[in-house]
Amino acid sequence: MSTPTSQPAQTQIHNIGYRNYDGERLGRAYARRSLFSQSLRGSFGLGRSAKSKVLPMILFAVMCVPAAIMVAVAVATKANDLPLEYTRYAIFTQAVIGLYLAAQAPQAVSRDLRFKSIPLYFSRPIERVDYVLAKYAAMASALFILTAAPLLILYIGSLLAKLDFAHQTKGFAQGLLSVALLSLLFAGLGLVMAALTPRRGFGVAAVIALMTITYGAVSTVQAIAFNQGSPGAVKWLGLFSPITLIDGVQTAFLGASSSYPGEAGPGAGPGVVYLLVVLGLIYGSYAVLMRRYRKVGL
Amino acid sequence: MARATTFENVTVIVTESLSKRFPRVTALDRLSLDIGPGVTGLVGANGAGKSTMIKILLGLSPATEGRAEVLGMDVATSGAAIRERVGYMPEHDCLPPDVSATEFVVHMARMSGLPPTAARERTADTLRHVGLYEERYRPIGGYSTGMKQRVKLAQALVHDPQLVLLDEPTNGLDPVGRDEMLGLIRRIHTDFGISVLVTSHLLGELERTCDHVVVIDGGKLLRSSSTSDFTQTTATLAVEVTDSDTHPDGAQAVRDKLAAAGVTLHEGLEHGLPGAGHILLVEATGEETYDLVRDTVADLGLGLVRMEQRRHHIAEVFRSEAQDQKQEANAL
Repeated sequence: MSTPTSQPAQTQIHNIGYRNYDGERLGRAYARRSLFSQSLRGSFGLGRSAKSKVLPMILFAVMCVPAAIMVAVAVATKANDLPLEYTRYAIFTQAVIGLYLAAQAPQAVSRDLRFKSIPLYFSRPIERVDYVLAKYAAMASALFILTAAPLLILYIGSLLAKLDFAHQTKGFAQGLLSVALLSLLFAGLGLVMAALTPRRGFGVAAVIALMTITYGAVSTVQAIAFNQGSPGAVKWLGLFSPITLIDGVQTAFLGASSSYPGEAGPGAGPGVVYLLVVLGLIYGSYAVLMRRYRKVGL
Repeated sequence: MARATTFENVTVIVTESLSKRFPRVTALDRLSLDIGPGVTGLVGANGAGKSTMIKILLGLSPATEGRAEVLGMDVATSGAAIRERVGYMPEHDCLPPDVSATEFVVHMARMSGLPPTAARERTADTLRHVGLYEERYRPIGGYSTGMKQRVKLAQALVHDPQLVLLDEPTNGLDPVGRDEMLGLIRRIHTDFGISVLVTSHLLGELERTCDHVVVIDGGKLLRSSSTSDFTQTTATLAVEVTDSDTHPDGAQAVRDKLAAAGVTLHEGLEHGLPGAGHILLVEATGEETYDLVRDTVADLGLGLVRMEQRRHHIAEVFRSEAQDQKQEANAL
């Protein structure tokens, strides 16, 4: 191989010495966005090992398959409406959502705590509030993707089946609002439980316990109250578990039919209390996370 | 290297009667420092206030009183701007085992504000400079302690800071790893043009690495001076001579002669070690001491095996300093 003789000799030298970086530094907001997208991708196992993709992808599929089946049934049988309301879908699949949250919330926060990576973040332009907001937003977005995707399948399916457009669009919008609220609430509670312990296993157990024990207790006591003929109690008992809270809010404001015993969901009056409790819990989760990370600075 | 000249004559870290008091302890007590470019060692026993100092310098913990500036920026008001231009390597483990060094350092580069492409390029460069090659694609969990320390160093350097704060970077390393790390720290300044503040509780390793050493104890400044001041205030000559038939212990004969001539002889650190008796440590007061040693050895008819300048170990300086303090305390 002959090299062109006209080339100056120094172009042949590979400079492997240290090079300074003179490019742009995009600062805090960019770092926060980067942390958000990295965490959101991580919630579905993207950018992580193949092993960590398995569970979130299976759960995502499990969420979507019933919606696809319903659409297929609706199209095939030429039904007048979908077999399930949009707002009921998340209630119907709450176990899957709970499982996803239990698996991914500890992944999102306890790794940094356990491996003590937090000081590496806080010694950079990014601050505590950026870290907490990015993690919270990523978890909530992941839950929203998980819960809104089947609703989208239902909506597209209903349009393909030429169901009533106005009715379907309204239902879809109500469903989206409901799962958005659910995502914020669940993400907050899940992250708080997970951030309390640096151990991932404990985090998973704590989230599952929070979701199942509260729901189990509330629905049992509601059933007893209903059988003893006190629907007033049924109405208020729903305040004590995350999923029944969401159920209460959407019954009151989003035209959902209640899944409480006897469909004794709260009306607009008690519904305001439900909504305030949900918003309070979302803000409370954020405040607890902020406190939690104040202690783990450098 | 352009930057090293730009920052010449500029102080990198300034503190003025900086204090940090917690309800029970005073971590820093009216500490005033003036640290220029180069490699500076911050020495102190555990609990001397080194980590508190780093937290304050990063603008993460407010000082109780006094003020501090890093790269000309006030830590109380410009914390974020400082953290963009400063790198930090913590003392403890801080690496997730399930990702590769490349992935981790890229992520950290983005957290420092580097755009995605620049983050990847800088990561590849930096990992190569700290001495990680093919292994950088494997999960960190399988790395040796030395390799992990290099990854920690890489994440502190990836955004090309003007100053890095290294908290006990040689902790847990074996002697070879320690030497490599110290060499790397030296290169951060000489080759990369980045100033370094390195903490350690070992004085010995800093004298080879640092231009300047600051010693704090109980949050108070014990001493701050350049390493050459520490080690070259008085030159010590190490002299080794042969024995002869007339003088079976040549070293002792020379010692007696020199002592008679009024020359101060030291008991070195090596005292008590095998073979130490054959090495004389002579305090050199000037050119004439060299001549005197040469003539003395020649007069006795002994062979001069070696005569070399020996630097004081920083440890000796502190030992005497601590003794001075003790004496002062006793006097009071």
